[in-house]
Order: sequence, then C-alpha cells, then structure tokens
Amino acid sequence: MTTVLDVQDVTKVYGAGDTAVHALRGIRLTVDEGDYVAIMGASGSGKSTLMNILGCLDVPTGGRYLLDGLDVGALDDRRLAVLRNRRIGFVFQSFNLIPRMSALANVELPLAYGGVKAPERRRRALAALAQVGLADRVGHEPNELSGGQQQRIAVARALVTSPALLLADEPTGNLDTRSTEDVLGVLDRLSADGRTIVLITHEDDVAARAKRVIRLVDGRVVEDRRAAPVAGPPPGPAEAEVRNR
Amino acid sequence: MTLEVLRFALHGLAANKLRSGLTTLGILIGVGAVIMLVAVGNGSSQQVQKNIERLGTNTLTVMPSTSGGRGGGGGGLARLLRGGSGGAAQQTGPRAQAKNLTVDDARALADAKSAPSVKSVSPVVTASSANATYEGTAHAIQQFVGTYPAYFEASNAPVARGTYFTADDVLNGRKVVVIGNTVAEDLFGTVDPVGRQITVSGVNFTVVGVLKTKGSSGFQDADDVAIAPLPAVQQSLTGYGALNQIVVQATSPKAVDTAQSEVTGILNQRHGISGSNAADFQILNQATLQSAISSSSRTFTVLLGAVAAISLLVGGIGITNIMLVTVTERTREIGIRKAIGAPKGAILGQFLVEATVLSLLGGLLGVAAGVIGSRFTVVGVQPVIVPSSIALALGVSVAIGLFFGGYPANRAAKLRPIEALRHE
Ligand SMILES: Nc1ncnc2c1ncn2[C@@H]1O[C@H](COP(=O)(O)OP(=O)(O)OP(=O)(O)O)[C@@H](O)[C@H]1O
Ligand SMILES: [Mg+2]
Repeated sequence: MTTVLDVQDVTKVYGAGDTAVHALRGIRLTVDEGDYVAIMGASGSGKSTLMNILGCLDVPTGGRYLLDGLDVGALDDRRLAVLRNRRIGFVFQSFNLIPRMSALANVELPLAYGGVKAPERRRRALAALAQVGLADRVGHEPNELSGGQQQRIAVARALVTSPALLLADEPTGNLDTRSTEDVLGVLDRLSADGRTIVLITHEDDVAARAKRVIRLVDGRVVEDRRAAPVAGPPPGPAEAEVRNR
Repeated sequence: MTLEVLRFALHGLAANKLRSGLTTLGILIGVGAVIMLVAVGNGSSQQVQKNIERLGTNTLTVMPSTSGGRGGGGGGLARLLRGGSGGAAQQTGPRAQAKNLTVDDARALADAKSAPSVKSVSPVVTASSANATYEGTAHAIQQFVGTYPAYFEASNAPVARGTYFTADDVLNGRKVVVIGNTVAEDLFGTVDPVGRQITVSGVNFTVVGVLKTKGSSGFQDADDVAIAPLPAVQQSLTGYGALNQIVVQATSPKAVDTAQSEVTGILNQRHGISGSNAADFQILNQATLQSAISSSSRTFTVLLGAVAAISLLVGGIGITNIMLVTVTERTREIGIRKAIGAPKGAILGQFLVEATVLSLLGGLLGVAAGVIGSRFTVVGVQPVIVPSSIALALGVSVAIGLFFGGYPANRAAKLRPIEALRHE
C-alpha cells in the first residue's frame, strides 16, 4: 500500500513577535492510498491551516510535507501549479465556483489549465457532472443553483482531473441535511472507488462516514482513531446511523 | 492553452460590458483626437503653404526699406527724368538721403546681361481703398494696383473671364482694369463686367478681365483688388511718385536666390550703397517667407498633437484604473484559478490580454473615428492625415494597455493562492 500523504513535524506560525499565532505545533501524519480521513477539532484548532498546506495552497513554517513521495517544499511555482492541477482536488466550504461561468465551464477549468483538448475536456467534465448527479444542470451558472448543487459542482470540479487526493474543508458546513446527504453520498462513492479523501468537519455524523477520524487540539493531533479498514468500503449512511446510536 | 487564456479574457470583458465599453471609449477619444488634431494641424499648414505658393514661389518683392539708407545724391536725377514730384516726401522724411524705388530701377533690373536669373520685372504702385462706382453702386477697392502685364504671372493671378491688359495698354496709358472677384460681385452682381466702365476717383476705367478667385489669405481678401496699367494709375490715383514695390520673377524657383543677389547688387550700385551703409530697400523672398511660416505652422501642429497626447494619456490612466479595479475585485477568482492549478503565466496572460484587447479595440475604433472625422472640414481647414500619427497613436495605446495592465496583472499572478482566496 502506498503512502499518499506524509506530513513530518509541520508547524505553521502566523505573524511574528508578540502577536505570533502558532496554528500548527508539529503535525505528524501519514495517509495511505484509498483512505477516507475526517479531521475534527474545535474552532481555531488549526484544521483549515493544515488542509491548506496539504492542498499546496499555503506553505508550512517548518517541517516537511511529501505528496506521493515528492517533497512539496522543494518545488517551484510552475511545478506547484502542475501539482495542484493533476494531483489534488480541493473542495471549499464556500464552494468557490467562478461566477458568470456555466457549471460545465467551471468543471472544465482544471482540464483547460491542464492542457486537455476541448472535446476530451467536455466529455470528461460531463462525466464528472453525471457522477455528482447534475448532468441536467450543465448550462446553469452558479447563482442559478442551490447551495447543495453548487457544492456538488465543486466536487465534480475537484475530481474531474482524477486526482490522487481529494481535500474538502467543511464541504457540508453551509448545507442543509438533504444537500449534505447528497454531497456525502458522492464522497462515499468516490471512496468506494478507491479515491483518497481528507475532509474537515464539525459534525459527528459526517465524521462517522469516514474510515478514520483525527482530532486536533491547539495545532496538535490528540486522537487518531480508525473506524474501518483502508482497503474496505466506507462505513456508509446505514452503518454510520447504527454507530451514532 | 493560449487559446483558453484568450477565451477567459474575452469572457471577463464581456461580463462587464458597460465598464469595458467606457474604458474603450476613453482610448477611442484619445487616439481619435491625436489623429484628428494632428491632421487638422497638418491640413492647415498645407493650406498656408498653398496660399504662399499662390502668391508665386519664384518671386522677389523689392520694397523701400523702413530703416537705414544713407545713399545721398543722384536720386534727384531719376525723379527729374520721370518728371514727377515725390521729392518733397523725401526731404521731410526721417531719412533724407534714402532713395526711392523708381521705374528706372525696375528697368535696370530687367537687364538680361547684369541680371540673367531675372525673368520679368514689374514696377508696382498701390492705392489702398480706391472708391469705385458702377451705375450708382459703390465699392471701396482694398488694393488698386498699377503695374505691368508681367505682374499677372509673377503674382500668380490668372484671369477667369476676359483678358489681361497688354504692354501696349501700358505704353499708351489706357484706362483699362482687371478686377478681382469680390469687386466684380459687389459692383456688378450677376452682370458680366467685361467691357463695362467703372469710375475710380472720377476717372473711367474699362474692365477687360476678372481675376480667378484666390480666396482670403488670413485677414486680407485677396479678391478685393483691381489691377491696371502703371501710368493710368499713376495719373489718376497715386501720382508719379515712388514705386511701392518692384516684383521680380526669377527664371525658376531654384534661381530665386541668385536672382536676389543680382537684384541686390544692381540696386546697391544704383542707390550708392556700399559697406557700412544700410540699404534703403529690402527684398522679400517668398521662399524665406515660406520656410518661416511652415516652421510656425509646425509648432502649431506639435501643440495640437500635445493636447491630443494628453487626452490619450488620460485614456491610458482609465485603462490602468479599470485593470486595477478588475484585478482587485477578482482577486478571489484569481485564488480559485490558482487553487485548481492555473500557472502564473495563464493568470498574467488573461489580464494582459484583457487590457490589450481594451486598448487595441479602443485604438482601432479611435483610428476609424479619426479617419472619418478627418474627412470633414474643421473651422475652414481640410484635415490631412499624417500616417505616422496613426501608427504612433495605436502603438502608444497598446503600449499603455500592456504597461499599465501588466502591473496589476503581475501583482495578482504572484499572489499565493491562499492569500488570493482570503481576499475580501
Ligand atoms: N491568515 C491568518 N493570519 C493570522 N492568523 C491566522 C490566519 N489564519 C488562521 N489564523 C489563526 O490560526 C489558528 C488556526 O486557524 P484555522 O483557520 O486553521 O482554524 P480552524 O481549525 O479551521 O477553525 P474553524 O473550525 O473555525 O474553521 C486560529 O487561531 C486563527 O486565528
Ligand atoms: Mg476552518
């Protein structure tokens, strides 16, 4: 089994001097291929900070971070962009779709930056949209869609390049129960297909769908609990229900 | 990829049509103004040039000088021969020793041996504001000229109707006259003036011809003239005094300068001017005049161009402003694009293309506006487009787009994705 994520003593300090904030105080973490990890913790515990570093959106203050065995800190701007494009799919709490661009165009965007030709791009984007159950909404712009639909489009955009790693920072934080269920259903299916997923959540019933739950307190990992084997399927809604009871 | 970047840029522009349109308008006005105003300046300088050419390019005008003159003696003889008065003016004038220009001077200049570059010589007397009447209609002719027939060619004044007067008319002192268009219209209206008689200061003149229209050159109406044989005018209007001018025509435009030195030589000798003595005559060289005027009209063109360049600059600042606003406003979008793997070049390219399209579109429309606008006469001037002004205006507008659009675009492209995403 290969290791997708290897985080070695990563620290992150915001600001300097008296006002310095130690958001991460030495995180050690490895995630294997096919795992489905939920990161939990109180507000301000450093979850998003960690996630942004994992997604190569931010750089750590100290420590090393290997993605697919590649030291990210040693990469230049251009290769980081390629890495973000090919290896990582990122889903944000606030959707972050580009306004005034159709759902299809939004999903095609990573492929466009990846240099995929137009017909191939269209085919793959439509497939990704079908995967999140939105094949009938391809022409709609973000402001014509519900929050749940927008988030599913964001998921489609994240997985259209078939990345090794899908990162989601509170993907259901802004959604109601039904929409949450839609998005989690998509993630379950992706996990069952063997995709590696790391998500952040505050809600226990969302965390219960993951194979492994990590808890952060004050920038440190305080709990790392496995709920299901990496190789197997994710617990899914039914089993999660049982466990929550 | 390049194609995609282009598409994103156009998409970005289309998303904000009004803003893009107004920015384009700013550049349009700037570029159009540069082309148009430079064309107006150029057109007016060409017009001035043409006016001067109409006066005759290869002519020299000899006039009595207003300063200097210490010749002394000898002048009396010429006046004696002419049998005229006019000496009185000289005695009481500030320069008692200066000599007037005489018909004899003119004759000496016409000598082919000592002045081979001179083609023709026309002595000229002018009466200003001569009152002419025809059957009760009166008109004050601005310039009533008495001269020889060669004057018509030298001063580039062809007749439109009728004929010139002849050397025979001059010799016999016939009272015939060729009138300018303004005079013809004022006195005769629709009637054909040729063959009719007008009365000038109580003397009857027969109109033999009407001059072709010259148009006004500045403050003076060049068509408000009448030209008659020298003796006739002297007899009836000016008296047999000094000449106002001697118009000398050189054999060719190239020979003007040689002709000038020949004329100077002859007159210096005749007026007894040598070394320290300042000349009592001056020679107006049309070519010199022309270069003086064209240099002043060049200044005028540069001035107009400068005004227009300022408006182009203002348009450029408009682009900078809009690009700054656009980039700031879309920093989040830039963050999203970077998060999903857009390379720096693609971001930079997108905004550079946006800025360039705005300025290029504005520039091209401005060229069209300038070219179309230059087809109309502006305050009496027919603009003539200077091709280099088109290239310059267009080049400057695109350079402005690239330069001023490049700065905010580069700043945006360099942001770390998370910084851009956090931007409010
Ligand atoms: N850009 C920043 N500048 C300074 N401090 C920051 C910045 N981003 C985060 N922090 C600080 O770092 C700490 C961790 O923040 P982080 O966003 O990672 O928390 P979180 O666990 O995601 O919280 P939440 O659950 O509310 O999203 C917090 O104390 C926060 O104030
Ligand atoms: Mg957070």
